[in-house]
Amino acid sequence: MILVTWEAAYRLIGWESWKFPSLFQTVESFYSGFVHGQLLDAIYNSLRRLFIAFAISLSIGMVLGLMFAKFKAVDDTIGFLVIALQTVPSIAWLPFAIIWFGFNDVSVIFITALGATWTMSIATRTGIKNIPPIYLRAAQTLGTGNGWRMFTQILIPGAFPHLMTGVRVSWAFAWRALVAGELIANGAGLGQLLQDGRGLGDTALMLNVVIIIAVLGTLSDHFCFKKLEDRLLVRYGLESNSKS
Amino acid sequence: MGFNTMIVIDHVSKQFQQRDGNRFKAIDDVSITIKEGEFVSLLGPSGCGKSTILNLIAGFDRQYEGTIGVNGESIKTPGPDRVVVFQEHGLFPWLTVLENVAFGLKQQGVGKKERLERAREQIRYVHLGKFADRYPHELSGGMKQRAAIARALIMNPKILLMDEPFAALDEQTRLVLHKELEDIWMRTGKTILFITHNIREAVMLSDRVLVMSTRPGTIKKEFTVQAARPRDSADPLIHHVERSVMDCLADEMEKVIKEEMDDDNYSFKKNDFHNRDISDMGGGI
Ligand SMILES: Nc1ncnc2c1ncn2[C@@H]1O[C@H](COP(=O)(O)OP(=O)(O)O)[C@@H](O)[C@H]1O
Ligand SMILES: [Mg+2]
Repeated sequence: MILVTWEAAYRLIGWESWKFPSLFQTVESFYSGFVHGQLLDAIYNSLRRLFIAFAISLSIGMVLGLMFAKFKAVDDTIGFLVIALQTVPSIAWLPFAIIWFGFNDVSVIFITALGATWTMSIATRTGIKNIPPIYLRAAQTLGTGNGWRMFTQILIPGAFPHLMTGVRVSWAFAWRALVAGELIANGAGLGQLLQDGRGLGDTALMLNVVIIIAVLGTLSDHFCFKKLEDRLLVRYGLESNSKS
Repeated sequence: MGFNTMIVIDHVSKQFQQRDGNRFKAIDDVSITIKEGEFVSLLGPSGCGKSTILNLIAGFDRQYEGTIGVNGESIKTPGPDRVVVFQEHGLFPWLTVLENVAFGLKQQGVGKKERLERAREQIRYVHLGKFADRYPHELSGGMKQRAAIARALIMNPKILLMDEPFAALDEQTRLVLHKELEDIWMRTGKTILFITHNIREAVMLSDRVLVMSTRPGTIKKEFTVQAARPRDSADPLIHHVERSVMDCLADEMEKVIKEEMDDDNYSFKKNDFHNRDISDMGGGI
């Protein structure tokens, strides 16, 4: 339906293809993009950066969040700072990143990880603080102590509903920052391809990239995180099919 | 029943720092001695400091005056030698009943196969065999408490600390669990400190009932229940003790009600108390 309207509108309005591509041009460009490996290459590179950045922000974010939850002094100082930092769009740090790391992968990964790290740390903090104290006590009385075992066996699973939301939001942030970063900094990737398309006046390519970004974003959120989250919530009895 | 003392609480007081900066004395100069294998109840109205005492013994809270000894040693941290069973069961919702019960063994480094086997056995022991693979939210209140008891028993603790474990259950379930707990106690010979605000429950289960008074919490009086085991709710001895405990508590009730209703003219007659046969001081009022 949308596709038909698109092609019809294209013919009726008579836009020139350097402003917006027709359906056929887009499909053709999509096809050739895959044949020449250009699109696949870009997707691969973008996803690689994304995963690296995401892994970094999850680990740092969770450790930070744990510190905020456990040490009030840290929470009052760095925690406060993080909340302020979280309001800054990641891309605003790109000029700094470029000065520090140059026009390369590291800069892009840095800003991709940045926003996601703040979000993740705040989600972890909230998650841990919301664990009912009775679980901590029950665990202690069964001999977990108050260190690593408490962290991995009680704090992480206890905070999971919040962590999951944190992961989803972080993922969306990271995805956005990544494309924006790639647009400006160098390196093969979807953002860069978008920029190349502009340089060549290839609107079909540009539109393809946008579509790919949307599809990847939706797919990952819907089929990975949402499914996982729903399953977990049911298991935790928070959103149960069989209310007790 | 052995003759060793298991828990010694000697002139213990505990103050809480309140939000307005004032200090609030939750318990004052409490001394309790519990022998090995004894079943002792701590009875008193809500807010009198029962949980505060239990939390000190459990090791959750280490700021207090006086001394507490468990099995001849001072307590440093919470630990599986004196497992706590809570009113709100405290089962981990992300683990199945089986995994919950095996949790303590895992902390001790018992291998997976062995701990799951032993957990299954323990679960059968509390009559939950069919529900081992369920998640806690799929169980009824009584089943959750059984699972929590199994999770505590598997550690083979010398002491079981129970903080109003049956308070949230309906009457029938509670009676069933009374029987089961007595049975477990008779078979294992554990030392049990049982907290409740229910007079009948305390008298039915315990060798000794310690009645607390409130604000600040102190031990007001001690009752020994020498009725034969297993206990029979029709035993006249039980009724006799129950009545004495009620008399002892009536003054206390009056104090609480006056405070909560903010009315000094309110009078709570002992006769009323008996006629209405109120044995539950918590939610009942
Ligand atoms: N962490 C705390 N901070 C301040 N006051 C507390 C705290 N815990 C308990 N109290 C107060 O101490 C008193 C005794 O509480 P508690 O031992 O829980 O009573 P019970 O278990 O007998 O119902 C109550 O008045 C309660 O408000
Ligand atoms: Mg209590």
